[in-house]
Amino acid sequence: MFALIGVALVIVGFALRINPLLVVTVAGIATAAIAGIGPVEILDAFGTGFAGSRSVTTFVIVLPVIGLIERYGLQDQAKHLIGKLSKLTTGRLLAAYLFIRQVTAAVGLNSIGGPAQTVRPLVYPMAEGAAVQKYGDLPEKMTEKIKGHAAGADNVGVFFGEDIFVAIGSILLITSFVDTTYNLTLEPLALALWAIPTGVAALLIHGTRLLLLDRQLSRMAFLPAPPKGLARVDE
Amino acid sequence: MLTNEWLYWLIGAFFIGVAVHILNNPENPRRIASGTFWGLLGVSFGYGTFVQSKQAPAWILGIVVLVMVALAGFGLTARSPEKTTTPGERADSARRFGNKLFIPALLVPVVTVLVATVGPLITIGGTPLLADGSATLTGLGVSAIIAVVVAVLILRPPSLGTPLHESGRLLEAIGWAALLPQMLSTLGILFTQAGVGKAVGTIAGWVLPEGSLFAAVVVYAVGMAVFTIIMGNAFAAFPIMTAAVGWPVLVQTFGGNPAAVFAIGMLSGFCGTLATPMAANFNLVPAALLEMKDKYGPIKAQLPTAGLLLLVNVGIMYFVAF
Repeated sequence: MFALIGVALVIVGFALRINPLLVVTVAGIATAAIAGIGPVEILDAFGTGFAGSRSVTTFVIVLPVIGLIERYGLQDQAKHLIGKLSKLTTGRLLAAYLFIRQVTAAVGLNSIGGPAQTVRPLVYPMAEGAAVQKYGDLPEKMTEKIKGHAAGADNVGVFFGEDIFVAIGSILLITSFVDTTYNLTLEPLALALWAIPTGVAALLIHGTRLLLLDRQLSRMAFLPAPPKGLARVDE
Repeated sequence: MLTNEWLYWLIGAFFIGVAVHILNNPENPRRIASGTFWGLLGVSFGYGTFVQSKQAPAWILGIVVLVMVALAGFGLTARSPEKTTTPGERADSARRFGNKLFIPALLVPVVTVLVATVGPLITIGGTPLLADGSATLTGLGVSAIIAVVVAVLILRPPSLGTPLHESGRLLEAIGWAALLPQMLSTLGILFTQAGVGKAVGTIAGWVLPEGSLFAAVVVYAVGMAVFTIIMGNAFAAFPIMTAAVGWPVLVQTFGGNPAAVFAIGMLSGFCGTLATPMAANFNLVPAALLEMKDKYGPIKAQLPTAGLLLLVNVGIMYFVAF
């Protein structure tokens, strides 16, 4: 039962808003120490854990080119371009991106998009451009909402698309873990097929929410919130 | 055969380049600590190659990792003041270059796809050019190099250091969140070694009503989501919840189809990933890259979808896996 102290530490540390890096490190060390794992083995675990998970950080390699073209006005140009297409609303654009992201991830192309690769340079400025075209200058509340949904469409698309591809990390993790631990021989393809129903549900649910985003944005643009003093009187 | 290691070395060199840039920037209020953080991160990316191949002891890297955690975790690092073009300059240059600006941005996905699909087919003297499973990341690295070269040729920036300077700006905005995913994967290893899965299984045994398949499905799916929220990573939650409930209860006791139970269990974990700031690379990094005021903005946008999908997963697992 003492093994769960680490889990409790993570929860408490997060509730106290301590830097997550510190929380995670202390929780890991405490859990290992309680389980009788020696100091050198703990350091070994931090070393091998870091070395084995370097692929999570590979997205940074596109930052030089993204930073450079942004310096020369990429986001402005994306907004300008989308402003010419009046039928393309923010919600429709993000729903289309969700679909493309999910389908490409399902065929194994999960690195072609991402917050650095596509969301910051292309998807967000286009989504904002579509809103500017419709509503004019946007208040911060609306740009924040569009930014959140631009990042969200990317995440939902890749999470619930990639598992349909057989050679993706999560599928291989399942097969390698259960095959070695429980002596099974699971086919990656069988796992990938079982990811399809949830994938379809994700597209329907999140796609619908993105299409409804247009209405929300219209409400935010045309019905500005009453000043704070007034709202308080109403309550 | 090419593995992904060259890309990790390139990324390491990039981090070191940013580190040198910060160390030489007198305007950064904590340039020594900040430069040391990125420099150590860069060195660790190269050293990691030898840890992976077991040619170098892992504990040295472990110490370096703890130093980086201390530097960033105790707030000893700081961001350099932003120096880039003004909005007016950007609008002017957008008019000047027009749609040419999209060429480098679109080269990234296009070249990645090309390398990922054509790369595995290339063989040299009978051995494949790319190691198994390395095609996509190789594609990402190749596309990033080609795109930056093309961008420099089109835009003619004032110096070749400009891409480094501009990316340093983006990298410093991400800050310590760049290290968190790798720390969480270590936490997962330590938790599994320490027997957290067994402890959770014992508790689940107390909580679960005897013989209720529905309750067991709910505990497995919701447990995957909750542990993913705590540990920031469904991969870390999977061994814990599968050892606790997925295998002993759902597969062994209730005779569930293992492929369906495990696949849908993992996807339930992904619902947790949508909802947790611990999944820094998916939720905090985009907020930093998009310069959001509310760093939980992406999570707020994803939360309703995550909740609904978790319900859907419980339903699918209950009705089709047994």
